[in-house]
Amino acid sequence: MKVLVGIGGSADGFNALDRTIERSQEAADELTVAVVENPTSSPSPDSVAEMAERRLADAGVAADVVQLAGHPGSELVAMAERQQYDQLVLGGGESSPLGKVSLGQIAEFVVLNATVTVTLIR
Amino acid sequence: MSSYSYPDTVAGPYERPPQSVLDREGRQTRITRYDGEFEAVVAMYDAFDPADRAQGIPPIDTSGIREWLELILGAEPTNVLASQEDSVVGHATLVPDGDGAYELAIFVQSSHQEAGIGTALMKGLLGAGRAAGVERVWLSVERWNTPAITLYQNVGFRPQEDGGFERVMTARLASPGGASSEQ
Repeated sequence: MKVLVGIGGSADGFNALDRTIERSQEAADELTVAVVENPTSSPSPDSVAEMAERRLADAGVAADVVQLAGHPGSELVAMAERQQYDQLVLGGGESSPLGKVSLGQIAEFVVLNATVTVTLIR
Repeated sequence: MSSYSYPDTVAGPYERPPQSVLDREGRQTRITRYDGEFEAVVAMYDAFDPADRAQGIPPIDTSGIREWLELILGAEPTNVLASQEDSVVGHATLVPDGDGAYELAIFVQSSHQEAGIGTALMKGLLGAGRAAGVERVWLSVERWNTPAITLYQNVGFRPQEDGGFERVMTARLASPGGASSEQ
């Protein structure tokens, strides 16, 4: 299966990446990591891409890491659909101080717009 | 978490608990600060209707409920209960967000909704919070949950201008200098 993971630098995104790397090892998925510009998280796209490369190398998984400029949600959906990915994977949101799940803006856009299967990792 | 904007006007007034009110069904309801009634609160959430869960809370299973309550019934958060006879029928909490403001959540058992208990509980919580020095409060609510949004608006919360699945609302309990209308 062709799987695209979108990350912007938030903790839930890295959690989604780690879980997808584990799963791709079991399922022999073909993995691509797309780093998007996330206005609500601080590390730069370059350093997010570097962190993703390191996690992939540590796990011994070969995957392309690409950076997407522009509106994160729509760029992810466009890439997944143009390049015929089977699945788009994202972090499923962060927890508030009292434990409420809050869906990120990128995830919300993707869920409402994608025609490929979307997986939100909790 | 709290890069939100807050109303300039101070919300309220609110009465501080303890209070005793009749709900719209004529049931005697006590609004009190939480005082160690841990098992009674667990029992309320054990019986909680899953359809009334909001954004993943309360947790479904008892061990998850206990873990979550240990977090929010601790020393620093402000918790207020609504009780009838020997049962807890509602619970509201203010949890510090680590950024100087407080996140609010409120739950009323489905069998006791639409009886005015939520409003009494909210006012009691905000009164207790203000007495404890809380200045700014925010909450998030699914944007299709009109009854809850109306309740929050009626007790002084104002919506943030954002378009997510969750609507964020904020209220100011004291002016930045710390003075409230009830001093």
